Amino acid sequence: MSVAGLIFSNIHDSAIPELTTVRTMASVPFGCRYRLIDFPLSNMVNSGITKIGIVAHDNYQSLMDHIGTGKDWDLARRSGGIKILPPFITAYEGTSGSKLYTTRLEALMGVTNFIDRCNEEYLVLSDCDGICNIDLSEVIDAHIANNADLTVVTRMLNPEEADLKDMTSITADENNVITDASAYIKGISSNEVSTNIVVVNRMFLLGALRDAAAHGYKHFFKDIVARRIGRARLYRYMYEKTYIHIGSLESYFASSMKLLDPEVRGGLFEVENMPIYTKLRNSAPTRYAADAKVVNSYVADGCIIEGTVENCILFRGVRIGKGTVVKNCVLLQDTFTGNNVTLNCVITDKNAVICDGRMLSGHSTMPFFIPKGAMV
Amino acid sequence: MFRKKECVAMLLAGGQGSRLYALTEKNAKPAVPFGGKYRIIDFTLSNCVNSGIDTVGVLTQYQPLMLNEYIGNGLPWDLDRAYGGVKILPPYQGKNGADWYKGTANAIYQNLQFIARYNPEYVLILSGDHIYKMDYDKMLDYHKKTGADCTIAVIDVPIEEASRFGIMSVDEEGRIFKFSEKPKNPDSTKASMGIYIFSTDCLFKYLTEDAENPDSSNDFGKNIIPNMLAAGEKMMAYPFSGYWKDVGTISSLWEANMDLLGDIPSLNLNDEEWRIYARHEAHAPQFVGAGAVVENCSITEGSEIYGTVVNSVVGAGVKIKSGAVVCNSVILEDVVIESGAEVRYAIVDSGTTIGKNCKIGEACGADKLEICVVGADISVPENTVIKAGAMISKATDIAKEGN
Repeated sequence: MSVAGLIFSNIHDSAIPELTTVRTMASVPFGCRYRLIDFPLSNMVNSGITKIGIVAHDNYQSLMDHIGTGKDWDLARRSGGIKILPPFITAYEGTSGSKLYTTRLEALMGVTNFIDRCNEEYLVLSDCDGICNIDLSEVIDAHIANNADLTVVTRMLNPEEADLKDMTSITADENNVITDASAYIKGISSNEVSTNIVVVNRMFLLGALRDAAAHGYKHFFKDIVARRIGRARLYRYMYEKTYIHIGSLESYFASSMKLLDPEVRGGLFEVENMPIYTKLRNSAPTRYAADAKVVNSYVADGCIIEGTVENCILFRGVRIGKGTVVKNCVLLQDTFTGNNVTLNCVITDKNAVICDGRMLSGHSTMPFFIPKGAMV
Repeated sequence: MFRKKECVAMLLAGGQGSRLYALTEKNAKPAVPFGGKYRIIDFTLSNCVNSGIDTVGVLTQYQPLMLNEYIGNGLPWDLDRAYGGVKILPPYQGKNGADWYKGTANAIYQNLQFIARYNPEYVLILSGDHIYKMDYDKMLDYHKKTGADCTIAVIDVPIEEASRFGIMSVDEEGRIFKFSEKPKNPDSTKASMGIYIFSTDCLFKYLTEDAENPDSSNDFGKNIIPNMLAAGEKMMAYPFSGYWKDVGTISSLWEANMDLLGDIPSLNLNDEEWRIYARHEAHAPQFVGAGAVVENCSITEGSEIYGTVVNSVVGAGVKIKSGAVVCNSVILEDVVIESGAEVRYAIVDSGTTIGKNCKIGEACGADKLEICVVGADISVPENTVIKAGAMISKATDIAKEGN
């Protein structure tokens, strides 16, 4: 079994503009110490995939900084390892009317060279908006057993709590053969949607990409998947374990809070032999002062906590001052809160500073957002 | 092809550390965990790399498995270099037989070849059993400025403790005129920190002479330094002030861990200017549960706290269940403390489980510290009582020491 990976770092940038104006979706921080790309990257590494291309679009400095040589994922390799694939602008200039790709299919066309040069038989494609700890080797095994050309990993969504933006609804028969792929419309479509994790035969994909280029197609699911139903061997693999989807700032907040549930944490971080890797920062352990009161919170290293913290997600290097009370908040890396601050339902981006005595509150359905480096 | 280095560091890491009892049962002292996510040797290695010294030979001998594994290729300390970097130097078999390292000086003597390959002007001798942050580059500047043959770092200690150390008597310029190892009646408070810089030629000369003397105990403190003094070499004392702790005993190791706590910890690891690096595993963040009480603690990744933890240092992957109480203790990685258990004034080594309603250690005062130690990978049965100061290295010790 030889498999290479391809991760789309930007596809869902428009979903959380608050967090992606300064970074790619892939480098959105999540879960105290991770970035969203850590999940697909770790899943691939844990499943034995060690040649991984990351398709970058724009704004990818933070991504490059995070990935470095790839050594934190054990991907600093002589052969294979991580390759960041920056946009190759002229390749499709004119055909799409815009200089950079706008769809997954255009992104794939821009990295045809990478796909062409791989000698692996299979490719795993993944986005960065889904958070899970999935054993991809099981998906690949199913793909091979079905003698499939393409296998889409799907899951059932709960329409009440899901972000429905850009979702692709998938229907399949009892043999897991895909019978339809369409844009999700609440109430009409089936609640089974694509996770945008796809296993595909490399030669099949190359052929499909050439065909798409010839026809001027733009959409992966509409033009590559849906047009081939009945003509190619298209399968779905239903994933039923812990899966979190991020589609907006509200769902980012709600998803972060789900980490306070031990079952969700277990499903993401305590899967045997499948840790989630991230860039190391060499933070000191977190220091809880004598007056600290911390309950039901998920905390990274490098924090200094002198106040009260309840139901919070604290990233690395967060400072909670004396007399400060922080409840239901997601405080990103190096957020500084002074003394006697009160925060409720607030998301702060990196390096935000909340001065002494400030009181800020949002609501769980509309968290208050403080941008990167802002001072309140 | 070996590039010339100005200064090569040799780190003595072969000691058994017998006064750490259970903690060094299967582990060399430099690899003993410290402060939740570090090992003792991280301080010396980080000091080296922060001081611009990128070539470090680590001399190993006693129980080297964990130490070798931990150092690996030196990547966590940025010591995986094309030229230099960190190299493990175990005892080896030569043409004329094989020798263990007989003493600190002999260990270096057996590796003079390693030093010579880099053709350095200076050699820095370090030991892997102290917790401190020090810029060796400043000490090297001092060595060069004073034109010394050997420079020894010294720290002022209280006179009543001076007899535990190697004590230097120095003149007003800092030149050493007398050295006494653990003197009964110390006449100075300047204690050797076990950190030496030698000009290479001088080191090679004295080590070779020492090796030819069958009566020598091949030790820096007992032989090399006194011989150099007697021969009138220029030996300078480099004064260091700041945090420094020899963690050779259970109580000093416990104290050094406690120094990480408090509003202004006397040992600050959150120091952007002087990072201490360590090898990390991929752990999830730490979780503090709804009923938890956490006061004056240092806690690290992968831990889950549901009980009460006060004045303690907690390592990675530790689970403290609801209703458990941990006070004034050091809990190493992957320890599980079941509900109802109480751990006071104790060091619990990696992978051990403290059963329900156990009582480990007892509260004691600063004047009479009695730290209880429970070794690695032991399953302490429910309702066990282990008294203050007890040493448990294996499960069968519990019956003897406990109750």
